[in-house]
Amino acid sequence: MIDHLLIGLTRFLVGGRPEWIGTKPSIRQRIYFANHGSHLDTVLLWAALPKPLRATTHPVAAADYWGKDRIRRAISIGLLNSVLVDRAGSAAGSDPLAPLEAELQRGHSLVIFPEGTRGAERLPGPFKSGLYRLATRFPDAELVPVYLGNLSRAFPRGAYLPVPISCHVRFGAPMQLEEAEGKEAFLERARGAIVALAEAQA
Amino acid sequence: MTQTLLTLFLGLVVILGTASIVGRILGRRAQSPESSATIDNLNARIRSWWLMVAVFAVAFAFGKGVTLVLFALTSFYCLREFISLTPTRPADHAALAVAFYVFLPLQYVLIGIDWQSLFSIAIPVYAFLLLPVLAVLKHETGEFLMRTAKVQWALMLTVYCISHAPALLLLRIPGFEGGGFLLLFFLVAIVQASDVLQYIFGKLFGRHKIAPVVSPNKTWEGFVGGGATATLLGAALYWITPFSPLQAAGMALAIVLAGFCGGLVLSAVKRSLGAKDWGRMIEGHGGALDRMDSVTYAAPLFFHLTNYYFVP
Repeated sequence: MIDHLLIGLTRFLVGGRPEWIGTKPSIRQRIYFANHGSHLDTVLLWAALPKPLRATTHPVAAADYWGKDRIRRAISIGLLNSVLVDRAGSAAGSDPLAPLEAELQRGHSLVIFPEGTRGAERLPGPFKSGLYRLATRFPDAELVPVYLGNLSRAFPRGAYLPVPISCHVRFGAPMQLEEAEGKEAFLERARGAIVALAEAQA
Repeated sequence: MTQTLLTLFLGLVVILGTASIVGRILGRRAQSPESSATIDNLNARIRSWWLMVAVFAVAFAFGKGVTLVLFALTSFYCLREFISLTPTRPADHAALAVAFYVFLPLQYVLIGIDWQSLFSIAIPVYAFLLLPVLAVLKHETGEFLMRTAKVQWALMLTVYCISHAPALLLLRIPGFEGGGFLLLFFLVAIVQASDVLQYIFGKLFGRHKIAPVVSPNKTWEGFVGGGATATLLGAALYWITPFSPLQAAGMALAIVLAGFCGGLVLSAVKRSLGAKDWGRMIEGHGGALDRMDSVTYAAPLFFHLTNYYFVP
């Protein structure tokens, strides 16, 4: 009920119907990786997945924002099924990727934003190494690039309200870590997959 | 008035029914892939027409409140399409938020509470002055004039101009009390008939393009033939208006000319933003603004002409 409400509101404000360009929805274990421009990214990508997939797909969200108060926790954990990540974790000695790996361990899928922070540009910035590590440890998971268009315009950093601007959610062809592929080369290839989707015409 | 509206909508059902049947027959007869694509597009347009007529009928049946909500939603989708194509920056966010969440609803509320004087100046005066202030607070001066102009144009065309259609309900014409819905019907009927007739005349007889760069489908044959027919239709509809047949023809001609200009200007704006359609909302028609482009110019002109000459 509440999920329908949230999806309805999202569609009304920013549209964002899914465009499956390089793949179709599947129950296979997947790691969706997307460019990050806005807090709306998590909601829109979640809304773009078919309902049966939402139960086993966990968007990775920053604990310092989505875990801040009860309402945000209720939305992020209760509704969106998020895994909260402590972005300052590695400095404090704990492993920030551990909760992600736990979800993959039990066969579930993830949505991650490899830039690690929200950018205001149309194209993603350089990727952090988390995606590479997950790809190494879980070679069977399909890595699906997702381009989120216009979200940083609809709900930029520091804004209180999203404004109605049509957004895109484009799913590209799944990729995998190639044998003997180095970290830098892989991360650049993954970023390139999202850039290619940004240029794609649906 | 209810009786008249019922008759008008029945007339529309008959016209659309005929169009649907003709479209189906043409679809069966189409031979080349090219003509079959044209017919498919035609049939998609006819289906969308059914939907639009149904929406209008419901709005009219429920009265002013629902009609205002309908037009407010139309403005909302048009503004969303306009802003989506217009590359705005994060520094414009506050101005956009106020445009969407304050000025858009306010404009329709003012019609709802019959506050015509503020309705006329809320956007051209207050929004005009306030929105750049919100943008300047972000201390970003890069392309400031251009950015401001984009938001102003978007709000003027999609909210201020379109709201003049339901604002016809505000006009108090002696001897024509409560006839606002008929005026609104007249406006929408002439604008849309003119669009459709120009399209048909253009497809049948179009040879000489008017503005090949801006709007390649517009031809002199389509414009003159469709415009003249729509003007005659306006004259024929004089009985639902406070106008004499000649006045009704004059009003229809004004609507046709303004609508034509609106189509051209909005098409140029769209092309300058690098797009062919404003959106993909309506099957066969592109976006909401592709359907409303003529209304943005025709509605204010028709509103003011009627206000000058028929409201004491």
